[in-house]
Amino acid sequence: MSIERIEKRQGATLVAPALLWTLVFFVLPFLAMALMSLSHLEGRSVVSGPDLRNYAKIFTEPSLLKGIAVSLEITALVTVISVALAWPLAWIIATRIPVRWRRLALLLAVLPFWTSYVVRSYSWALVLGEKGVVMNALVGLGMLSEPVQIMATRSATVIGFVHFFVMLLTLTIYSNLIQLSPNYARAAEDLGASRWQVIRLVILPLTLPGVVTGAFLTFVLCIGDYITPQILGGNNELTLPQLIMLQLGRRGDYPMASALSLVLMLIVTLAYLACARWLKMERV
Amino acid sequence: MTFKRTCAAAALLLGLVPAAQAEELNALIWCDHADPELLEPFEKAHDVRVNVKEYEGTAAGLTILQQSRPGDWDVMVIDAVDVARAVEQGYLAPLPDGAVSTADYFPQVVLADHNSVDGKTYAVTEKFGYNTLAYNKAKVDPKDMESLATLWSGKYDGRIAVYDYYLPVLGLVGLAEGIDTANLDAAALEKLRDPLMKLKAASKQVSDVVASQTALATGEVDVLIGGGEWLTAVLHSENPDLDWTIPKEGGLLWAQSIGMVEGTQKPELAIEFIKYITSPEGQARLATSSCYWGMPANKAAGDALSEDEKAVLRWSDQADYLARAQLYPVPDAQTDSAMQDLWTDMLQN
Repeated sequence: MSIERIEKRQGATLVAPALLWTLVFFVLPFLAMALMSLSHLEGRSVVSGPDLRNYAKIFTEPSLLKGIAVSLEITALVTVISVALAWPLAWIIATRIPVRWRRLALLLAVLPFWTSYVVRSYSWALVLGEKGVVMNALVGLGMLSEPVQIMATRSATVIGFVHFFVMLLTLTIYSNLIQLSPNYARAAEDLGASRWQVIRLVILPLTLPGVVTGAFLTFVLCIGDYITPQILGGNNELTLPQLIMLQLGRRGDYPMASALSLVLMLIVTLAYLACARWLKMERV
Repeated sequence: MTFKRTCAAAALLLGLVPAAQAEELNALIWCDHADPELLEPFEKAHDVRVNVKEYEGTAAGLTILQQSRPGDWDVMVIDAVDVARAVEQGYLAPLPDGAVSTADYFPQVVLADHNSVDGKTYAVTEKFGYNTLAYNKAKVDPKDMESLATLWSGKYDGRIAVYDYYLPVLGLVGLAEGIDTANLDAAALEKLRDPLMKLKAASKQVSDVVASQTALATGEVDVLIGGGEWLTAVLHSENPDLDWTIPKEGGLLWAQSIGMVEGTQKPELAIEFIKYITSPEGQARLATSSCYWGMPANKAAGDALSEDEKAVLRWSDQADYLARAQLYPVPDAQTDSAMQDLWTDMLQN
């Protein structure tokens, strides 16, 4: 047997477990879900397809279409706000905090990850309520004459998400920032750039791969999240995951839940392709 | 020899040898049955362990059964009005004649028509209560709560929560419009669209049990449509101002039943469990379960409840309440789908 064939066989042996894992835990469930999405509910029974009536309903039924729009709006807002807050935070930790305190700063930054996601959301519900810390402080300081409603609104959902994702983005941007040689900034300053110009024209563009990767992770986790909008949003508008849960828990409509899940996957795939294309172009 | 003994001991420790384990009963339940205070007497009396799985909403429960193997579940708690639906799909087994007596029950909640199919009894009512108006009497005028019309008057805009369950709330909106729950068909539903959307506009949130309780307890909202004793009674000791009433238009009667799951391998034990739950002792413990309170279907439970507990449950008012309450709507599949579409529209508007 030639060395080439031996190497090929070794390669296949090494890759096989990962392939098998992907086949069993991703490809097969995905196919089952795709197949289910082509069935439909008649009365209370699932009738096998194939037909596209669930997809037709998703794109014609206003309440379902609105679910997609609400999810995209919240996700876009959360991603933009999280990036805007995380980049300066990561930059301060990477460049302004002395090395010996950096580990502590990072530890503090990731501290919220240590609490349960559900507990954290309910904590926000108490903080943002009319009798919560925020309103009590604002009314007590005379900044508001009476409490305003934040809880059970989109703002509460966005705040809950941003609190979580700022930490995630800070880590991805920080890991990007500390890899940059300080010589970039020195060279720019030698050439007459101000501190602001160095950040805007040199550091920021060099960290964009980290920003895009973090933003993509934020997008994927945010658009697929059920807990935060369910607890903080007050059911005053439904996101795509909430609509999926509604089909499963209340209607027993697995075909429609599968179709909505595939639409969700399609949105995530499109976001991935956009990010991958952008990152590839950057390298060129 | 020593090696074999070591292996046997290790297997026992790891739970690989079930010889010494007590018998188990698997129950698909609502959260009130998960209270150890309720389960312990039965477990001790029968040297059995009751494994429970909570679910909310009949569709979710039936889906769990659909995905299970015969014998996985022994007993199931279900909305009384949905027993026939479960029987139709083959998930409930008939109870042996005379296995459970309803002689001491409140007559209005025996619900033989709902718990039986083709003359066979498949389940028995165990607990009931009302979906109506729950409120904080320190924040609202109790007289205002005597009519459902108050919710549309504008007086409490932004201080109302809607319980996120379409059947009782659509039933209540129907009562406000003068439509009985038994007449809630597809045509009648259209008459509910406008008042339902107005109710949403006047509300602060549409929330599940926990979020509704939290909102009422923390003062986020002062009125909950769809609430009742099941929501306020458990909070009574912390906040006696939380109250409920049945307005003049009426309220909805909820009733939960317990039945034996088709395919159980332990029918005798399942029946014993149902007998315990419907016994005066089991009924009293179920009525005051830590998850939510509700009236016991068996009047004999009154002897096992304290006067304070009966006062919180409004024991002495039951005759009047039962006379004014209507059963949940029992929609066919098509009407049920239309109801859920309307509910989703409301949530998204």
